[in-house]
Order: sequence, then C-alpha cells, then structure tokens
Amino acid sequence: MTATTGAAPRTARLRAQAGFEVRAVLRNGEQLMVTLLLPALLLVGLVRTDVVSLTTDGATTVDFVTPGVLALAVLGASFTSQAIATAFDRRNGVLRMLATTPLGRRGLLAGKVLGVLGVELVQVVVLGAVALWLGWSPDPAGIATAVLALVLGTAAFTALALVVAGTLRPEGVLALANILLVVLVVAGGVIVPADQLPGVAADLAQLLPSAALGDALRAALTHGAFPVGELTLLTGWAAALWALATRVFRWS
Amino acid sequence: MPPPPALEIRGLVKTYGEATVVDHLDLDVAPGAVTALLGPNGAGKTTTIECCEGLRSPDGGSVRILGLDPVRDARELRPRVGVMLQDGGLPGSARAHDVLAHVSKMYARPRDVAGLAERLGIDTFARTQVRRLSGGQRQRLALACAVVGRPDLVILDEPSAGMDPQSRRAVWDLVRELRADGATLLLTTHLMDEAADLADHVVVMDHGKVIAAGTPDELTSVEGDSVVSIEARGPLDPTSLRGYLHRLAPGDWAVHHVEGHRYTVTGAVNPRSLAAIGTWAAEHGVLLTSISLGRRTLEDVFLDLTGRSLR
Repeated sequence: MTATTGAAPRTARLRAQAGFEVRAVLRNGEQLMVTLLLPALLLVGLVRTDVVSLTTDGATTVDFVTPGVLALAVLGASFTSQAIATAFDRRNGVLRMLATTPLGRRGLLAGKVLGVLGVELVQVVVLGAVALWLGWSPDPAGIATAVLALVLGTAAFTALALVVAGTLRPEGVLALANILLVVLVVAGGVIVPADQLPGVAADLAQLLPSAALGDALRAALTHGAFPVGELTLLTGWAAALWALATRVFRWS
Repeated sequence: MPPPPALEIRGLVKTYGEATVVDHLDLDVAPGAVTALLGPNGAGKTTTIECCEGLRSPDGGSVRILGLDPVRDARELRPRVGVMLQDGGLPGSARAHDVLAHVSKMYARPRDVAGLAERLGIDTFARTQVRRLSGGQRQRLALACAVVGRPDLVILDEPSAGMDPQSRRAVWDLVRELRADGATLLLTTHLMDEAADLADHVVVMDHGKVIAAGTPDELTSVEGDSVVSIEARGPLDPTSLRGYLHRLAPGDWAVHHVEGHRYTVTGAVNPRSLAAIGTWAAEHGVLLTSISLGRRTLEDVFLDLTGRSLR
C-alpha cells in the first residue's frame, strides 16, 4: 500500500493551491470589488472627470494616474483581499487542514503568494486594457522595472496581510484591512505622490511602502526611470515584514 | 512478535499555561485496526491527536507515527496520514466539490473524487458553498478530504458529530471499508455506540490520562457483574440504596445517577439482590416505573471509572 501512496509533485501542488486562491478571489463579489472594480472606477473617474484635480508634473492625466491605480490594485490584492481571506481561513481551520495535506505550511504560503501574483496578472491585464483605451502610453523602458516594483510591493504587502491575519480576529482584520487601504490610498502616496501631500504628511508618507510602490511605478512607467531609492525602501519593507510575519503569525 | 504499532505515544505531556491537558499519556494504535479514543469534552483527546498530526509540539514525551516523528518527518508523513479536524477546516466560500477536488490534487494517486463523493452523498450538495452546508454535510466533506489521498493512517476527530443516523451509517461503512483495505484508523468520539460498534480497541481518556483500554468486549464484560437500570417516579437517594444492597450482600455495589430519575446499579446482581432493590424502594416510598437488567455498556464502564456521565 505504501508504494502506491504519495504526494503529488511540488509544482503540481503549488499550481493547484495558487489556482484555488485565484478562483476564490475572482468568484467572491467583495474581493472582486476591492481588486478590480474599485481600481477600474478610480482610473476612469480620475481620467475622465475633474472631481479631483491632480498635479501631473507635465504628464498626461492617464499616464500619471495609471501607475498609481496599479499600485492600488496591488495593495487590494496582496494586502486587503489576502488579509481578509487568510483571517477567515485561519478561524475556520483551513490553514491547519491544508497543512496536514502534502501541501504543508510552506506550500500553503507559497501557494498564497503565487495566487496573489495570479490575481495581479488579471488586474494588470484588465486595468492595463482600460488604461490603454483611455490613451495610456507607458514608457517601454520602464516595464521591467515596474514588474520588479510590483513583485517587491506584493512581497511587502502580502507579509503585512499575514501579520494582520495571523494575529487578529477576522472581524478586526475585515475592518483594519479596508480602513488601511483607504488611508494609504488617500494619504499613503499611492495615487497622489508623497511629495504632493500637505505638510508633515509628505515626509511621513515617503517612508511608507505604499508610497515607495506608487512612486516607483510612476517613475518607471511614466519616465522609464529606475528609482533606486524607492526600490531599496520597498525591499527593506518586504524583508522586515516577512521577518515579522514569521515571528508573529499563528496558524490557529 | 506482534507488528510494531502504527502510532506510539509515550509519556506525552501538553500544557496550556497552568492547565495540563495531556498528562503523561501512553497510547499504542495497532496497525490495520480501528482504535477509538473515548472521553468527555475536555478530556484531552483533540490535543493528543493534534500532537500526532504535527499541528502541536508536545511539552514532554514522544510520539511516533508509522515509525516517524510527526514534526521532524512531517513531509514524509503528510501523504501517508489523512486528517479530519474537529472543526472541519474547510474554506467557507468554496463549493463542496471544488474543495474535495482541490485536496485530491495534493496526492499522486488520489481516490476517484466522483466515486468518493457519491459514497458519502457529497454529490447531492456538490455545488453548494461550504458555508451553506449543514454540520453533517461538512463532516462528510471533511472525511472525504481526509481519505481522498489513500492514507495508511487515518485520524478522525469526532467524525460523526452532528450527523443524522443515515450519514453516520455511511461514515461507519466507510471506516470499516478503509480498515478492510488495510488502513489504520484512530478516531476520537464521545459517543459510546460509535466506540462500541466501530472500534477494535477502545481507549478511555479523562483529565489527560488513559483510564482504561481494551476491546469493547473486554471493557464491558466484568466477571459476575451486571447492571440494573432503574427509573423512579421521583428522585431517590443513591447512597441509601447502595448501603442497603451492601448490607444484604456485601460486595462492590455502585449506584449512579444517569439523568432525570434514571439510575444504574452495578454489582453482583442476582434474583435476590434484584428483589432487594424492590424492597428498598417499597420501604422508602419510591415508585419504580421501570427496572431492567442488562450487560454493562461502555457508558457504565465510564461511570464506574469516573463517577461522571459522559454527556
């Protein structure tokens, strides 16, 4: 009997878990709203209306807004959506159950990160298409840099999601994850660059991973630049938050 | 020489703060058999098996699963040990069938998902979200997830809790079939009939310790002892009845309150002592509405061992 039992190959297990996570997000109305609908509405609203006036530093509105909207989308998928899903999975014992299958705890975490990247691929395709339709012309020289920024931002915010989901009750996570998303979008340098924020908020926001992600994407996609400072800051945040997550995360 | 145990626990200790939940527990689970860990809520059953599943690290003692360490050798053990958690551990927003299909993908040669779903009646709610399932439906789905990978050892925590009788029978049939296929099963339960009907070996646990172990027959058949169940119109004084029987026939008499006005009398029951119960009742103005003689059940064993009812 032993000879016929065994685990599926590691890649198959990770692919299965990542696919399961992506489907869970795409089938859930609230998750879809945070990850796709909200960024898309913001993109169209900021480009096509004058409700909010932006200082675009000489770029067209769509070229200025799209990187920030992509940063918001990443924040929604890797932080808000992931924190809420993981918090409820933790309470329902899903994390413990999957940890007893050949997937294991590491496989589960890796599957979650891959799942977030999968959702982000969908976001980039959908939001990118909307932006191109609105006249977006990203600098081709910055695309590789933008992908790097997205990956680093995903690492940082997925770790933050795990810190929150692995320590607080799901109801608390639900509230915190949504509030933090709004606060970071308004005052965290996601859509509006940190240096355009009023007074001391500008100095504070510049240190946040949200501003590092937003500013890095704007620099890369609008000017084709390689923003060393922002990418370094983002790497530091990712490392620190993962270290914190491995310390404080509780599986049950 | 008997085969080595599929699961071997020696001196297991697990504490949460001040409370010692598992207290120097020894346990052997024979390969190819069904072992039931029986005990009331809070006895330490779940903590014990979570140490076996690698979900908790013991504070003392050792646990060997299929000859391996549940934490250090977790990667090797995970494909070989199927686990059904007490809370199910199922994602609420996913559909029932998708969960089972997903878990099956973790294994190299899983059972046929459609066949397993049909056996356990999961096909009737395959497209329902887990959060909308009844307790019994969730239990069946969790059980299916535990066995879909053809494990050598299956650990089930309260497998039939919250199930209707029909689902319970389906679960019991599957457990027997798994055993017939050569799997080893360890299950926890607080249901006496589940332990008595399903298990080859019953381990009675209370306050983190094993207080009795044996086959259901061994546990229930004590030479010369039998049990009288009585029901009265009103309350009666167990101490008085016990004293009366002891004066009449000195021996190891026990009178336990079951619930309501039902009591059990355990001891050397014979026609004379049976008549004495009636006489005592008459002398104390107690009207007995029912009196029946039977063999000890696991429940009686538990009452004798702990002085408490299991419920």
